[in-house]
Formats: sequence, structure tokens, C-alpha cells
Amino acid sequence: MALKDITLGQYFPGHSLVHRLDPRTKLIALIAYIVALFLAASFVSYALMVLVLALSVTVSRVPLKAIVRGLKPILFIAIFTAVLNMLYTPGTHVLVSFWIFTITTEGLLRAFFMVVRIMMLVTGTFLLTYTTSPILLTDGLESLLSPLKALKVPVHELAMMMSIALRMIPTLIEETDKIMAAQKARGADFESGGLIQRAKALVPILVPLFISAFRRADELAVAMECRCYHGGEGRTRLRQLKYEGRDYAVLALFVLVTVAAGVLGHFGL
Amino acid sequence: MTPILETRRLSHIYSAGTPFQHTALDEVDFTAHEGEYLGLIGRTGSGKSTLIQHLNGLLKPTSGQVLFQGEDIWSSPKKTRATRFQVGLVFQYPEYQLFEETVYKDISFGPKNMGLDAKEVDRRVRSAACFVGLRDDQLQASPFELSGGQKRRVAIAGVIAMEPRVLILDEPTAGLDPVGVESILGNIRDYHKAHNATIILVSHSMEEVARTVDRLVVVSNGRIPLEGTPREVFRHGDELEEMGLGVPQITRVFHRLRSMGVDIDPSVYTIAQARQAILDRLGKGAK
Repeated sequence: MALKDITLGQYFPGHSLVHRLDPRTKLIALIAYIVALFLAASFVSYALMVLVLALSVTVSRVPLKAIVRGLKPILFIAIFTAVLNMLYTPGTHVLVSFWIFTITTEGLLRAFFMVVRIMMLVTGTFLLTYTTSPILLTDGLESLLSPLKALKVPVHELAMMMSIALRMIPTLIEETDKIMAAQKARGADFESGGLIQRAKALVPILVPLFISAFRRADELAVAMECRCYHGGEGRTRLRQLKYEGRDYAVLALFVLVTVAAGVLGHFGL
Repeated sequence: MTPILETRRLSHIYSAGTPFQHTALDEVDFTAHEGEYLGLIGRTGSGKSTLIQHLNGLLKPTSGQVLFQGEDIWSSPKKTRATRFQVGLVFQYPEYQLFEETVYKDISFGPKNMGLDAKEVDRRVRSAACFVGLRDDQLQASPFELSGGQKRRVAIAGVIAMEPRVLILDEPTAGLDPVGVESILGNIRDYHKAHNATIILVSHSMEEVARTVDRLVVVSNGRIPLEGTPREVFRHGDELEEMGLGVPQITRVFHRLRSMGVDIDPSVYTIAQARQAILDRLGKGAK
């Protein structure tokens, strides 16, 4: 299987309400959502969060299959966390006890909520990357972080670095595929041998890959300078970010949800 | 002529079962004969790169077979790897695959992978360097100190050093100046003659291919709609244009003459043939 089949977190172009939201709205909503997830304490508040997430996914029209596929890689972490929580949560209602471990009702509940929380965290984050193109995402980040400019944080440069890095991922993957094929054609063998031999077999791929990455970086820098790029000062944009009515509505909804989750959590619901 | 490399109803589908599914090759029957100089032409995305990557076992067919000297190259993993040494493939812009500290070491990568002894490796490296016109003192240089054209020679030598029976080159002259193009094509011809090897030259430049090859295979939309000697293929000038492939300029002139009602053979592709065709025509007219 070629490396290019990796599609994790890849942008799904679309025109749903979620796609059309301002990227800043989505970023703020995601942060509010994450805060709310951590404030949630029990069934009622979690039910509220599940409702919010389900609503967002439905409106976004992102295929459920894509979301399930995104969850697969973190399954191991989720199970691992669940087991640890189950074994190490102190409680009064002991269910089973063996050797140094005791499993309590509190532990089980906590493990369950932990898994739900991790899954929902990841799904929410994926929903953002599935519905927002990388360029809009970095534009949104830059705009949200711009107050930090007062503290001499190079916000624009960081955002530009991020967009270039994101832009280069598919290119580098394609390049890796090509170099691998070329070295295989000269009899390179990546599939057999011990660990050290396999690591050594990577040299013929990594050296050309690094060289081409540096060459591309150099060419890109020259091309940008040729077009008089000199950083963020006085730079205008093709796409101006602008909050619309729907953005205010979504922001209000998510603030409300966070407050509700906080209140419910406070009362242990 | 005995076939050396064949495909039987070869199909390849990329990303099968996903929304990005794409059929690159559709039941292709392709044959290359022993000692033949073959040209493979097709526009970008026609499936020619996919086809050549099947010929040395880099891609596995979705269905169909690839036969080298009559045997299926996928019959065992050992067979597949052995085929890669027998069918040398030089990719487009091969200079980007160089990685060793010296030119000598880079050229010896292939022969070393074949498990040859040091003496044989040395002989092959020197002979391959000689074919592409690299001087002895350049062998100890770093490949990254060389010019673009010389890097390409080193990369081609890296494949020639395996002394393959079939040598496939994907656009070996792309981005070179006219002198560089001539000299690389000359090197390939030398290898062809010295080893009686089969050469498959992939290109979209009709002029270049027409001058050098014995037989032409046209790839379009994952199929082979035309094949034959350059004259046979260029007779189908209009079909070639429809496939997004140009014909040599001189051929176009003759096609135009014919459509203007001049009774002349439109399959010429060199100046010498054109001269002959005009003389024939004038001779006929005089009678």
C-alpha cells in the first residue's frame, strides 16, 4: 500500500453550514467544547455533550465512516487509559478484588467516562480538520493569536510556517514513494533483515529525501522573495475573515453549552 | 524475434474500493522483443508510468500477468527481486535518487545488492561509468558536486551497472540541453549495441523517439491503441492528435499537404524521408 493512502484528518471539501463557518468560530467553539468536556461530570452533562457533537456531525455531513476510521488509531490509548482508571480508582463499592487490584463501581464508571471523553475529544478535533481547509485554519489561528503580537510573538511567521508545513506533507509523501520505487528498482530491500539492517536500508531513502526537502525550501524562499514577501507587516488578504450571523449564533450556543456543562458538573450530574 | 517481456491482460486500479478509485491500465497486452529498441509514448496520465513500473515488478497487477522470458515475475518473491536486476528501470529525473558519498559507491549500490563479489562489482561500475562518459577521476567525487547533466549520467550508470537484459528509461532527456540530449541518447544506443539489450524509451517527444526507435507503442487512457514502426504509427496522425500527442513537424507538413489534395505519402518523419517522398512525387509528376 502506498503512503499516499494515509488520509487521517484530511480536509473533506463541502458546503455544509459547518464548512461555511468562520474558522475562528470553529476554533473557539472547539476550545469551548473541550472545556465543557472536562467540566462534565456524569450522565446528564455527558448526554448534553453527546447531543452537541451528534448535532455538529450531522450538520457537517462528514461521512460517519471517515470519523470511525479516524478513531481507530487512538483505540489503544483509550483502552489503556480505561484499564488504568479501572484499576487505580479508589472507591467504596468493591466489585472484584484480586492480588493488589480492586475494581470498584466508581472505577468502572470513571473508566467509562474517560473513554467517552477521549473519543469525543478526538471526534471533535477531527470535525474541525475535516471541515476546514488547512489555509483557512492557519488564517484563523493567526487572527486569533494576533493579540500576542504585542508581546513580540512572531504570529504571522508562525502561521506561515504552519501553512507551508501542511502544504508540503503530500509533496514529501509523494517524493518518498518515488525514491522508494527508484531504490527498489536497484534492488534495495526494505522488507527483510533485522532491525539494524532495516534501519540501514532507510539511508538510501532519507538522504535523497532530505536533500530534496532542503532544495524545495530554498526554491520556495527564493520564489517568495521574488514576489516581495517580507513578512506580515502591511499585508492584505485575498480572503478576509468576517463573522456572520451564523458565527454569532454558533458561538452563543457553545458558550451556553459550556456554562450548562459547568453548572451540571458542579452539581455532580 | 523472441519476446523477452510481455504483459497479458494487465490491469491496474489505484485505490480500489475508495472514492479515489482510478483505472490506470485496462487489460493491456504489451510485448517487448529480445534486442529491440522500443519507444513508449503517451501523454501525462495515460498510464505509461504505471505500465513500466509493472514491467520490473515495482507494482503488482490488479489482474493479469507480467512475463519475463516466459515466466510470471510474481510466481515467487525471489523471482520478483531477480527480475528487478534483469529489467533495469531509470525513473524520470533519476538524479534525485543519488545518496552515496562518492559517485563510485552510488553506482555500485545496484551490483552490490545483487550479491556480486568485489571484483565483479568493480568491473561493472567502471564499465557502466564508461558507457555514460564519466571520467575515472569523477568516480571519487561526491555526486552532489556534479552538474545536473552529470548527476543524471551517474544515476543512469547506477542502473546500467546491473547489466540488465532490458533497460527502461522514463524521459531520460527531460530538462537537458540539446548537446546533453544527443549524448545521453548516444550512450543508450551504445549500451543497446554492446549488450544486445532490449531498450524501452519512454517519452512524449515524438521527434526524439521517432529518430531512435525500431518500434513505437502508443499508450492512451490505459490502453494500447496503436503500435508498429514509426512510419506505421505516424500514418495515423489525426488519431495521435486526438490522443493529445503531436507528430513530428515534418510529418505534420506532409499530412497537411495530403489534406490539401497532394498525393503524397504522409508517414515520413525525417528530412531524408521527406526529400525522398518529394522526389518520388516529382518523378511521378514528370512522367
